[in-house]
Amino acid sequence: MEDLINICINSIFVENILLAYFLGMCSYLAQSKKLESATGLGLAVIVVLTISCPLNWAIKTYLLEGGALAWTGNATLAGMDLSFLNFICFIAVIASLVQIVEIVIDRFFPPLYTTLGIFLPLITVNCAILGASLFMVERDYTFTQSTVYGFSSGIGWAYAIMLLAAIRKKIRYSNVPEGLRGLGMAFLITGLMAIGFLTFSGIKLGA
Amino acid sequence: MASAKKIIKDPLFDNNPITWQMLGICSALAVTTQVNTAMVMSVALTFVLVLSNMTISALRTLIPTKIRMIVELCVIATLVIIADQVLKAFMYDISKQLSVFVGLIITNCIVMGRAEAFALQNNVRDSMLDGLGNALGYSIILVAVAAIREWLGSGTLLGIQAMPASYSGNLLMVLPPGAFIIIALLIWAQRTFISKTLREDN
Repeated sequence: MEDLINICINSIFVENILLAYFLGMCSYLAQSKKLESATGLGLAVIVVLTISCPLNWAIKTYLLEGGALAWTGNATLAGMDLSFLNFICFIAVIASLVQIVEIVIDRFFPPLYTTLGIFLPLITVNCAILGASLFMVERDYTFTQSTVYGFSSGIGWAYAIMLLAAIRKKIRYSNVPEGLRGLGMAFLITGLMAIGFLTFSGIKLGA
Repeated sequence: MASAKKIIKDPLFDNNPITWQMLGICSALAVTTQVNTAMVMSVALTFVLVLSNMTISALRTLIPTKIRMIVELCVIATLVIIADQVLKAFMYDISKQLSVFVGLIITNCIVMGRAEAFALQNNVRDSMLDGLGNALGYSIILVAVAAIREWLGSGTLLGIQAMPASYSGNLLMVLPPGAFIIIALLIWAQRTFISKTLREDN
């Protein structure tokens, strides 16, 4: 239990997927002009990450890893290591998952669809989603750990984009030097936010 | 047919993919603590971008419009797998340092963006040049950021001591916030001195 809480705190604050690993910057910069759209996109990222991480974990463990096909009982299959197919399988899973989530939300939760709908297609090429799956592979997480990791990375990302949107709203009428307006300022703010988040490093529960 | 020189030169300065179109920033920053990792990353991206642009442009009359995204993703993912396997085989240490970021070229908006915006409408030769130009524009920014971070952060360039020995290194430059701040300053400089056509609200 303790390690799950640690993963959670770690991926939200200490190693925030956006502020420490720079993942998902494109949509982060493009969609942070309004707080409402930032919240919508953040929620969509949380949903997709929470499903895609464990799903990709299953695909990696039961289909792609060295010796993963042992359950088929076939000696040739059991000896194969398909982990070089990780990238293409993960991105295919993410792309189709986003489509399915979109259809399901549209069918069963129409109000949510009107909020999230336009953001879902954007998510397929959001590096944070693929990045989280690749980190999960690199760090050898178990099934529960990767679910928690996916969920809390999503929260961390949503948190960062909502913070930036809120700050950008506050500085809308500030007198920023001309060349720094828009993109440049967004980067400076993100840099300062990242410094702020650095103060969380070292937080750890248990021994 | 646009002139070859313009296709290459345009994305280098006036229309640099990172500072102007804000594309591909994700993978650009995490690998910039050292110049040599940034260079390897640039080479990998150039390889993927040029070949994906060429392949998609060659296939452009055959790809059905409805599933073009998936076809593009497949082409790009295949090229990235090749790049990743080559790195693992011949430059294992660097591929360890780049960790997941080579894989993330798949979702790099430059690659997908150029395929959508250029390769689908233009012939193979122009697409190749467009890919090359954009990849070089990306590489310039990446290596510049890496050089500043390595120089100010650890006092070295490409591993060679480039600061007086008494320089103790600025930790902030090595940590993630340094990258954000340097990019912000580069964008500022580029918009002030190079692109005269500055137009953005907010």
